[in-house]
Amino acid sequence: MQNALTIDAARSAIQQRTTTAKALAETFYAEIEKDDPQIGAYLTLSKDRAFAKAAEIDALAEKGEPLPPLGGVPVGIKDVMVTRGVRTTAGSKILGNYIPPYDCTAVARLEAAGAVVLGKLNCDEFAMGSSTENSAWHPVHNPRDLSRVPGGSSGGSAAAVAADMAVATLGSDTGGSIRQPASFCGVVGLMPTYGRVSRYGLIAFASSLDHIGPLTKTVRDAAIVLRTVAGRDPMDATSAEVLVPDYVAELEKPVRGLKLGVPKEYFGAGLDPDVKNSVEAAIQKLAELGCEIVPVSLPHTKYAIPTYYIVATAEASSNLARFDGVRYGYRASDARTLSEMYRRSRDHGFGAEVKRRIMLGTYALSAGYYDAYYLKAQKVRTLLVRDFEEAFKKVDAIVTPTSPTAAFKLGEKVDDPLAMYLADIFTVTADLAGIPGISVPCGETKENLPIGLQILGKHFDEATILRVAHAYEQSA
Amino acid sequence: MSVRVFAALPVYIRMKVTEKDVAYVADLANLELTGDERARMLRDLNSILEYVDRLNELDTKDVPPMAQVSDRYGVDESKTGSARFAYASREDILEGLRKSLPHEVALQNAPDTDGTFFKVPKVIER
Repeated sequence: MQNALTIDAARSAIQQRTTTAKALAETFYAEIEKDDPQIGAYLTLSKDRAFAKAAEIDALAEKGEPLPPLGGVPVGIKDVMVTRGVRTTAGSKILGNYIPPYDCTAVARLEAAGAVVLGKLNCDEFAMGSSTENSAWHPVHNPRDLSRVPGGSSGGSAAAVAADMAVATLGSDTGGSIRQPASFCGVVGLMPTYGRVSRYGLIAFASSLDHIGPLTKTVRDAAIVLRTVAGRDPMDATSAEVLVPDYVAELEKPVRGLKLGVPKEYFGAGLDPDVKNSVEAAIQKLAELGCEIVPVSLPHTKYAIPTYYIVATAEASSNLARFDGVRYGYRASDARTLSEMYRRSRDHGFGAEVKRRIMLGTYALSAGYYDAYYLKAQKVRTLLVRDFEEAFKKVDAIVTPTSPTAAFKLGEKVDDPLAMYLADIFTVTADLAGIPGISVPCGETKENLPIGLQILGKHFDEATILRVAHAYEQSA
Repeated sequence: MSVRVFAALPVYIRMKVTEKDVAYVADLANLELTGDERARMLRDLNSILEYVDRLNELDTKDVPPMAQVSDRYGVDESKTGSARFAYASREDILEGLRKSLPHEVALQNAPDTDGTFFKVPKVIER
């Protein structure tokens, strides 16, 4: 029964009193107890908070009052979003005992719309990784094949939806961390436009690239969650004052006549043949639905990964300076001086990948190297943005594979940081350009591993990519 | 990606980052790093920066740098500079958008306090 459980199905079952929000939460917790020891998606369960919300929703349903859009819907939250009174670690030992005193805006908006927050989801430490193997706590296993990674960094968020341990989840995307795990686990993942969703309460990784967005079973559910969390928040100066359309209503508009760009740079060497076949078949399907397929070029694509790893690490080195063992988080106990305390706390508290990125970012910003690395990367970022601006003069959206391969094996890339970085090759471009992107399942490899179709849109035009993804999903 | 054009040259000639650089940058970043970690960092930073070098294939002399995209989209494009972000400014208000955290809440996650202040080891070494 849970396999088919979407947001509307859950909400209407509670509204019609065929179940209760409490019973539904209990069912999901039972599922988590049974399956999560093998998968590892959850880090912390928030049962008190979940059952308090469920009781509120059940009281409404009993009185026959209309439930809010997510009334009683069990959701999970990536552990990089702070939750008042519920431990939030960002997948790091340095925040191992951190109990936030406030709520992330996106979480507060979901709850205000009736969602029942089951708990916090595993991720790469500070969202730095592409496989969730960088979690300081334990890795996540892909529910479709336990020997494989779920992708990352929102691996717990994708695995929880794929394994029916949540109806919907929130993830964050800085270089592909929503779309790539969605693709690996066979679910829908949406990264909204930069500025569309408030980041207040998101533990910062790279502030010019961080986005919050949903992972869901259907495109319609992604539209419902986005409609709930989107829009200006006075607590985040980078949240844009741009009208939020009714994404759900927009889904039903026809796709006939839309122009879809296919960038040749995303179909070259390194693309797995099964992925290529599935994505090309999906594009053919969209053509049959009446979309016009237009070849486009994004000539600077091959420079996206090096640009990203300079910009993102530079910003991270600055953002992570706040972890000093003074006001919250881990403190080394053996330090004799303040400076020793900073160093040892950070040294023991951060994992290897986080230290690597802090070092790379600090190096790129340091005197003598700033122009050669950071400034250079900022200039190439301009070129990458111009690529998209040119392409979007000709097309309404762009379709590509989400990732060059399906899910890889645990341990396969852990010793080669560069190979791991290249797993994001088709997703980082959208983060750098600030445009929205969605990954929707489009078939399987010969080994039955899910493949994702990525649809990229113009700034603040999530409605069009949701509409195309929905039309494809309905036809598939 | 993994094509090493200068693979025939000894490692020290094509290395961008030296052990001294690693020590200096670790110091800037307030990281201690063990001996093993330093060796690994030296290897990884060199391999990543070698890959990053492909950015130098591009002539960016006349290209403006971009720190973030939000001054280009979703703003009043008829304006320039900070006027584009007029929507994001507001009057100062005494209590802010939410009340400040009560003292005990602000201290509850601290590793060490005296009940009023955060406590840290002594600042000046003798």
